[in-house]
Amino acid sequence: MTSPMPTTKLPPHLARLEAESIAIIREVAASFRKPVMLYSIGKDSGVMLHLALKAFAPGKPPFPLMHIDTTWKFREMIAFRDAIAKQVGMELLVHTNQDGLARGINPIASGSALHTQVMKTEALKQALDLHGFDAAFGGARRDEEKSRAKERIFSFRGPGHSWDPRAQRPELWNLFNTRIRDGESIRVFPLSNWTEHDVWDYVLAEDLPVVPLYFAKPRPVVKRAGTWIMVDDARLPLEPGETPEMRMVRFRTLGCYPLSGAVESTAATLPEIIAEMRAAKTSERQGRLIDSDEEASMEKKKREGYF
Amino acid sequence: MTAQHAPAQHELLRFLTCGSVDDGKSTLIGRLLYDSQLIFEDTLAAIARDSRKHGTTGEDIDLALLVDGLEAERQQGITIDVAYRFFATPRRSFIVADTPGHEQYTRNMATGASGASLAVILIDARKGVLTQTRRHSYICSLLGIRDIVVAVNKIDLVNFSEETFDRIVGDYVTFAAGLGFRSVMPIPMSARFGDNVTIRSGNTPWYHGPTLVQHLEEVDVSQDLGARPFRFPVQWVNRPNLDFRGFAGTIASGRIAPGDQVVVAASGKPTRIARIVTADGDLDAAEAGQAVTLTLTDEVDVARGDVLVRAAERPAVADQFAGHLLWMDEEAMLPGRSYLMRIGNIWTPCSVTSIRHRVDVNTLEEHAARRLSLNEIGFCNFSAGQAVPLDPYAENRATGAFILVDRFTNRTAGAGMVAFPLRRASNIHHEHFTVDKAARAALTGNRPMVLWFTGLSGSGKSTIANIVEQALHQAGRATYALDGDNIRHGLCRDLGFTAEDRVENIRRVGEVAKLMLDAGMVVLCSFISPFRAERRMVRDLLAPGDFVEVFVDTPIEACIARDPKGLYARAQAGEIRNFTGIDSPYEPPENAELHIPTAGRTPEDCAAEVLDRLRAAGVAV
Repeated sequence: MTSPMPTTKLPPHLARLEAESIAIIREVAASFRKPVMLYSIGKDSGVMLHLALKAFAPGKPPFPLMHIDTTWKFREMIAFRDAIAKQVGMELLVHTNQDGLARGINPIASGSALHTQVMKTEALKQALDLHGFDAAFGGARRDEEKSRAKERIFSFRGPGHSWDPRAQRPELWNLFNTRIRDGESIRVFPLSNWTEHDVWDYVLAEDLPVVPLYFAKPRPVVKRAGTWIMVDDARLPLEPGETPEMRMVRFRTLGCYPLSGAVESTAATLPEIIAEMRAAKTSERQGRLIDSDEEASMEKKKREGYF
Repeated sequence: MTAQHAPAQHELLRFLTCGSVDDGKSTLIGRLLYDSQLIFEDTLAAIARDSRKHGTTGEDIDLALLVDGLEAERQQGITIDVAYRFFATPRRSFIVADTPGHEQYTRNMATGASGASLAVILIDARKGVLTQTRRHSYICSLLGIRDIVVAVNKIDLVNFSEETFDRIVGDYVTFAAGLGFRSVMPIPMSARFGDNVTIRSGNTPWYHGPTLVQHLEEVDVSQDLGARPFRFPVQWVNRPNLDFRGFAGTIASGRIAPGDQVVVAASGKPTRIARIVTADGDLDAAEAGQAVTLTLTDEVDVARGDVLVRAAERPAVADQFAGHLLWMDEEAMLPGRSYLMRIGNIWTPCSVTSIRHRVDVNTLEEHAARRLSLNEIGFCNFSAGQAVPLDPYAENRATGAFILVDRFTNRTAGAGMVAFPLRRASNIHHEHFTVDKAARAALTGNRPMVLWFTGLSGSGKSTIANIVEQALHQAGRATYALDGDNIRHGLCRDLGFTAEDRVENIRRVGEVAKLMLDAGMVVLCSFISPFRAERRMVRDLLAPGDFVEVFVDTPIEACIARDPKGLYARAQAGEIRNFTGIDSPYEPPENAELHIPTAGRTPEDCAAEVLDRLRAAGVAV
């Protein structure tokens, strides 16, 4: 992903964010026994991975990538994931909650809340425990959601991956407190201070590949709860009288396809996406069905161990 | 104010807002986001719903709800943590640290201030300069913020009065004269209605200065770090293969180019910069703020924590220094107690040797203090476990800022700012004598060690230690017993039983035990020593294996029943205060080398167990 030739000079604010993120990523490599980088395939993960490659050049990042696969991601996401892992030459771990799979948990019949709890949150905790990771990078940004605005860059998790918003460590200067005991861990958010605009500007400036689902194209969709859901495979049951129609749509955020709402758009290039975003009247998470379950739902999910 | 595509010179400004909910701080930030059209329709719909549930503005949308994130805060209607907000104009991107204003949240404000280069201090136009305004300004000044906006808010509620505004500004400027600010920009505004926030208000025709956003876009907050002495704290050694050895880190200040001579700050070893490596190719030069990887022309010893500097601009390298300390932990800071310090990329034990004074954050008066409690600020002397490169915080944050971490809970407990190194650190050197501990021990056939008996008053520590010492003595070992009661008659007779004094008592005993250990003796120490932190401190003074912790585990009920000196009876009657087990805590050891439960056993039996374990450990008795 890192081009061998010097790229065009970044504008000062992006250069500053880039340097800050690289320092955070290096700090984890220097301070923890066994870190891992969560890779969720989206644009934020792509930027985070690119920054990790930059941080350790000319070497490789000294940690693996890990994807929590619910088995309900868009097919194009999985293809993109495997291609990127091969291209960057890093180890990619893929974990699925087999117990949840055996219980038949899925986003359609089980509902988004249970599906997220079992196939994402529980799966993540299983995978972290299985490998004994003591630090995990995530691509979350503070501008995404209100309870994230108060998240630390180095976020302490107690035994069982618990998060107590009232007992967070004060974080001053860049003097991160990386000390933990056995059974405790740290979640690290190198993109904390980036905004959605910064991420797209950086993708454009550094010419990073992104999943084609971000670009508008005619796709088979059905209208549900006021948003367009893509019929990515035969597992999406159609309601009586419901037939998929081809619409020019794209996605602002990516997740499990039955839970990711598409927006109608003609933006088929990066500059068009950026122009559309700057004129947008709704937040990027609006297409995410998992956040609107109840007030403060993100805070609740984070307490339970969600990223 | 809709942001266009980011131009090439788009910059980033980090600022914080100080004020309490009553001043309209959250409303101001909500206004900034709202006016910069960063509030999306779905967010606004959620806020409108919440306004009816939690809001304080009746039927209007309560903009403050945009920024009060955690559920607990919204229910209580206060901002208890630091939240980071983002907005952009065509000229700059902004990161706002939204911090609470009440005195009990001083630590949160300091956290926000540590990463900011400008502060917006809110003043309620109806109330003027208050105690909290002074507190906020002082903390900003302490954390090194040099540019201030005085937002005289709620100007609509004083009928947009120029006279009121002028009076408040006059009061503020007088008060802030000694705080070292470079610029102070007063702006009359109404966050609720938007006057002079992004749009010039028609209600204040007498005001000719910029709007808040205009000022934030234009103010020069550059610290010109590139012109300061070169400081490169090594963060990570990059060795992907045998042919490459690079030192990764972020340039904290100054500039560097290949060929430049540098030295390792602590050792003074000289070398030259060979290459400045980045993923985008080698650089001809690099300056403050850039994350790079440096290679050197020589094989000098450099590791994480080292700082590369220029020979002519070496920082002080000291293990004792003075500086300000803001305490952030529920458990008070006690001088003498050992914490872990992080300064730059170095972690080392550190303790406060004395509090020169405590600063009252409301009046800026200096008071004597024996401890620092949560949110208190003191000017202290520090002693670190190793000599570290230091600059005054005002000159360089990378080598002047530090945190203290509790060694047991790992909580971030203190934030410190170096003022100056203490000269005595460089003048006092350890004398090295040729006859050392090993030589003295060889003469007597001793295995020197410190046996540290800890337990409640009346638990049997001294009795057991006495029997152990007799046995060792009979076996021809050189021994000495240090006992709490005896020490307090002499060496520590100036100390009482407060937590502060207990820490100092144990520190002195630890140092004496260390000298006797060095003299080649087996030292038996019997001290209640109720705090884990102090037992850990003594352990850390000595070489691994030289400290043997013996936990004399007698239940409090048994101690009270036994009460050999009648002390429990007096403590329970309220005649003795700070008595361990009664009104002062005992923290039992977690990993003592010897755990001796005494229930149902004779002191001889317990002593025999101690001796057995010593024999097993290779101490001939």
